[in-house]
Amino acid sequence: METPDLSCIDLTKRFGDAVAVDNVSFEVPAGSFFSILGPSGCGKTTIMRMIAGFLEPTSGDIQIKGQSVLNVPPNKRPVNMVFQHLALFPMMNIADNIGYGLRRQGLGKLEIEKKVDEALDRIGLPGIGKRQVNELSGGQKQRVAIARCMVLEPDVLLLDEPLGALDLKLREQMKIELKSLQHAFDTTFVYITHDQSEALVMSDSIAVMNAGQFEQVAGPEDLYYRPETAFVAGFVGDANIVKGQVVRSSGHDVELRTEYGTHIKGVSKTRDMAAGRAAEIFVRPEAIRLAKSADEVAELDNFLSGKVEQTLFNGAASRVLVKADTSGETIEVGLPQSGRFDGIRPGQEVHFGWSDKQSNVFETGGL
Amino acid sequence: MTSGRSLGFYLLLAPVLLWLALLVIIPHVDLALVSLRERVGVGQYALSPANYLTFLNEPLYLVTFARTAVMSILATIITLIIGFPVAYYIAKMARGKLQPILFVLCLVPFWVSELVRTFGWMILLRETGIISSLLQWLGLVSGPVELLYNDAAIMIGLVYTSMLFMVVPLVTTLSSLDDSLIEAGYDLGGSSASVFREIIVPHAMPGIVSGCIVVFMLSLGNYLTPIMLGGKDSLWFTELIYSQFIVRFNWELGAAFGFMLLFLSTAIVWTALKLSGQSLEKTMG
Amino acid sequence: MISLSMLKTTTAAAVLSLAATQIASAETLRLLTWGGYAPEEVIELFEKETGHTVEVTKSNNEEMIAKLRATRGGGFDLAQPSQDRIAGPQAEFGIYKPIDLSKIDDSLFISSMLEATKGNTTVDGEVYGVPHVWGTSGLVLDTEAAASVKDYVDLCSDDVKGKVSYRLKRPTLIGFAYSMGLDPFAAYGDEAAYKEIMEKVEAKLIECKGNVKAYWGGGDELMNLIRSGEVVASMAWDTGGWKLNGEMPNVTFVAPESGSLGWIDTFVLPAKGKADDAAYAWINFVMRPEIAAKITNVAGNFTASKGGDAGVSEELKAKYQKSYPAADVDNIKWYPPVPAGLEVIEGGVLDRVKAAN
Repeated sequence: METPDLSCIDLTKRFGDAVAVDNVSFEVPAGSFFSILGPSGCGKTTIMRMIAGFLEPTSGDIQIKGQSVLNVPPNKRPVNMVFQHLALFPMMNIADNIGYGLRRQGLGKLEIEKKVDEALDRIGLPGIGKRQVNELSGGQKQRVAIARCMVLEPDVLLLDEPLGALDLKLREQMKIELKSLQHAFDTTFVYITHDQSEALVMSDSIAVMNAGQFEQVAGPEDLYYRPETAFVAGFVGDANIVKGQVVRSSGHDVELRTEYGTHIKGVSKTRDMAAGRAAEIFVRPEAIRLAKSADEVAELDNFLSGKVEQTLFNGAASRVLVKADTSGETIEVGLPQSGRFDGIRPGQEVHFGWSDKQSNVFETGGL
Repeated sequence: MTSGRSLGFYLLLAPVLLWLALLVIIPHVDLALVSLRERVGVGQYALSPANYLTFLNEPLYLVTFARTAVMSILATIITLIIGFPVAYYIAKMARGKLQPILFVLCLVPFWVSELVRTFGWMILLRETGIISSLLQWLGLVSGPVELLYNDAAIMIGLVYTSMLFMVVPLVTTLSSLDDSLIEAGYDLGGSSASVFREIIVPHAMPGIVSGCIVVFMLSLGNYLTPIMLGGKDSLWFTELIYSQFIVRFNWELGAAFGFMLLFLSTAIVWTALKLSGQSLEKTMG
Repeated sequence: MISLSMLKTTTAAAVLSLAATQIASAETLRLLTWGGYAPEEVIELFEKETGHTVEVTKSNNEEMIAKLRATRGGGFDLAQPSQDRIAGPQAEFGIYKPIDLSKIDDSLFISSMLEATKGNTTVDGEVYGVPHVWGTSGLVLDTEAAASVKDYVDLCSDDVKGKVSYRLKRPTLIGFAYSMGLDPFAAYGDEAAYKEIMEKVEAKLIECKGNVKAYWGGGDELMNLIRSGEVVASMAWDTGGWKLNGEMPNVTFVAPESGSLGWIDTFVLPAKGKADDAAYAWINFVMRPEIAAKITNVAGNFTASKGGDAGVSEELKAKYQKSYPAADVDNIKWYPPVPAGLEVIEGGVLDRVKAAN
């Protein structure tokens, strides 16, 4: 197998008694877009700062292209970082910002100019070299910050939530742009974020991090549809979370009774769960099929009927809250924007159902 | 409505205008008039530039001014060199309670009067003083050493007195420097020297400029420190002004000296700003 | 004669105290004076007796005149410059007002001193000052370490190299001139002659500069220099020497061979003084022998009060007599009034000495 661009081995960082990063190992193959996704305070920034060299690991190793960089100071590591607030130098113009690292490498003036112009072309902003940092828009600054790193041709580019400061529209646009920039530069990106949508859209591989540990490392689809832990299931995407007890279990198939008394079929990662164990069922709203008649959903593993309590219009991600007739629990169901359900009103009777593959069951421990 | 607002506006403006007029403009105009008088007899005066000519034609006065200016510039540079690391430590490296404590430590010398501070230095530096005794006790010198009454002692006094006025603006500008800019500098391959030169110093420039202007002006206008710590050769320009006003009763020449000090120090500051490519607006804004 | 003068005294005192306590309402006396001339104890006695209150501002000759000049004679009700600094500034700036001699009890004064001061402070026929405290300046020496120093010029001898201090002020110029065999007071009226004398003094002082450890500026500074042993010979006031003598038996005031310089600090009324009654009351109060003795004991200098030396401590009297054998007292050179213009000459000399290497 090819040597990964970045690998972290048993990486641990303690601040006093607190463990910020707890024995984390991962590998990032060359040319891939790797994201670390997690809530704030989960330790993802600490990992990034250790890779960049601003923090020293308590134990473990960091290797870039197979070489340990533990004793290499930040200014000598073949790694560059795009900071959260970009950290463009306001005392220099754009060309000087991009040329900063090249000057440090001792390149000639003409060569620097050439490389800076090339970089500006690559990011689609030719001819802005003489402008000041504060004359650029948020998106332009973003691209300049990336170009400033990329002219140095690092083995790994680290990005520390660089989209956090942008407004929503621009953020959506930049997600796509970042992905294509990564393709264009063909460099390994390590991206940290707390925004699951950023991670899902851009990444080849995502590590979900919680409390200093990686919960799951997987591609976006696996992460979304086949979460391995309750944390991942809850953190990535939306889900109806229902508490219940295992009634019977065979292999990965489980049947549960919810606290409201409804029986639900699902799948679990753990085989043969003991009857009576407490568990949580995660069902994504968009995985639930909505129907006007019971026949339409009758062939699904789980089906219920209920009354619409509320509609939540949000374009493609619109939902209805349905109160189940039999048990009285409220379920969030995706509202298809195909036109069939136009004019759906609270109080209306609806039917809905989903396959057992769409209910992920996780033990919560205890009986 | 409009008149009401403008009345309020002028009422708010009045203290500033009064302050400017009563304490800045009028005294200066009065002093300017005094400086243009020449005594022609007992209690009789005539308009004349004689006092300014006296200043320009007497090498002693020009030399004293030049000496004072050079010493003040030197004091400013030394204060900057010592003050910058101190300010950087306070602004960027000190954590938690240490920061305010260090700040207060810089302030402590100002809780006593300048006179007492200067006496403190005299106790330390004099021939029979603490440092001299310590050096003898350590066996580093065979006899008493006189550290007082020379230009180095003046320099120590000036730097000590000015330190706070350099550290405060520097701490203010340095705290506003985002740590990630420094990290980005290192991350992109910069060494400590280049990060300092290309990122920290340009960012701190307004603080450096305002600190330097204040320290230079304070040193130039200092009276007590050079008089008390300085040697028998250490003539300071303010001493000339003082002696013209108080000892010689020659207010006319004293006022002319005062104006020359104002003009020349303004010229020096202006030149320094031009040379360093800074402007006062940038510094204050 | 005696009884007549006593009667006069009593009457005057009675009239004055009546004026002070009953006719005039209590006033605040803003007194501009030297350190030691208005001891706390004396102020308390005065306030109790007259009902006036006293605010003291301590200063020196030059600053007193500068302050009064800045306010054109306002801000204070009574000031105490030296007698040689009254006629000149008065002619030039008009900062004083004439003294109403009828309100002064002249029987309290040593008459020779009173007459001399009146003479020196008369401008256009009006008297502007009456004497208060007098003293001399000469040499303060460590008599063992600086045994060779007998006169000002001896401060420049190699015996005391690097251990000498004096002020860069006019008394130094005058003192050196006398010890060089010149007579600056005689040349006061002749600017050219005075300038010539000063040029010689300037040359001497520049030549002497290598001997000087530091030019002292204030009394405390000099005291510290001598106490620490860093300076063994200096030009200073008699009281400084006597004070140090109490701490260091070797150190005392010595009258130079060419003569001490004698000064008299006076009472003058600033032109815009508001509490004249209180001012006259204060003058007549502090000139009483028993009060004058209290001031002498604090300030160290004797006063122009007749009989004021009776209450002075024996210790101080002994020091005085040791420093001044009878012949030396006759040799004291009293400062005549300084004619306007001389200060400019002196100023140039002092600046050049300071700047010389």
